[in-house]
Amino acid sequence: MVRSVVALAAGLLFGFGLLLSGMYDPAKVFGFLDLAGAWDPSLAFVMGGAIAVAFPAFLIAGRRGRDLSGDVIELPDNRKIDAPLALGALIFGAGWGLTGVCPGPGLLDLGFLSPGAAIYVIAVIVGMFAYRLLGVRLRSVLALAQDA
Amino acid sequence: MTIDTLHFTPWASLGGGLLIGAAAAILILGAGRILGASGLFAGIVTPQGPLQAWRLWWLVGLVAPAVFARFVLLTPSPVFSTGIATLAVGGVLVGFGTRLGSGCTSGHGVCGLARLSPRSAVATGIFMAAGFAVVFVVRHLAA
Repeated sequence: MVRSVVALAAGLLFGFGLLLSGMYDPAKVFGFLDLAGAWDPSLAFVMGGAIAVAFPAFLIAGRRGRDLSGDVIELPDNRKIDAPLALGALIFGAGWGLTGVCPGPGLLDLGFLSPGAAIYVIAVIVGMFAYRLLGVRLRSVLALAQDA
Repeated sequence: MTIDTLHFTPWASLGGGLLIGAAAAILILGAGRILGASGLFAGIVTPQGPLQAWRLWWLVGLVAPAVFARFVLLTPSPVFSTGIATLAVGGVLVGFGTRLGSGCTSGHGVCGLARLSPRSAVATGIFMAAGFAVVFVVRHLAA
């Protein structure tokens, strides 16, 4: 119950933040990713603002150790910089560069009832299912390649 | 490099960023979860166990502002100018890549960097570089 209310509020803030920042619009994102064109640095301000607020929150979270419901806050503790991380980020970045849309704005834009957002989100779902089918095998291949 | 002063919105983007940071703050402190759009969404479409209701509430909250913008504020809808095929291919890459790489712009780029996670710093560097490179190729080499 508490978790659902908090998640709803976080979703609302996230959505309004993406709207206000301009990131909901692929054209805005392309303006940032196109370094060789007329460059729009706005997205650096989005990340800077978000990190400025999130940084102290994660410090507090690390100290308190428990959320509002009293459950343990589990922060990711994987420290390994490995091939799946790098390859996954590369594949994601390529998709982001092709579309100008990352997952948060893609989901948000469903609310505009825009067909483009629907196509994008369906494709994201397909990609997630493909990972479900192939991910374990790909990770073991990458692990072998890294050991060799 | 030329700055696009016509479209540059430092204050609105900073303000939007503060809201996104606030969203990450209340989700970690209130619910003990990282605000990562790809991970939260993957928990809905490819859940590892029973579907968790709070994830659906997060999604409702995320989509609602766009409904409000469209029908109340009459904000023009975003333009997806890249065409169906590109959206489809790019979307599949995003879905697959974010699972293999354990996150996207919000999870690695905002929360991970805010946690000073070296993994997220590497991931963010790579996906940013890939985004810059693909846009350069599409706009300046292939066009």
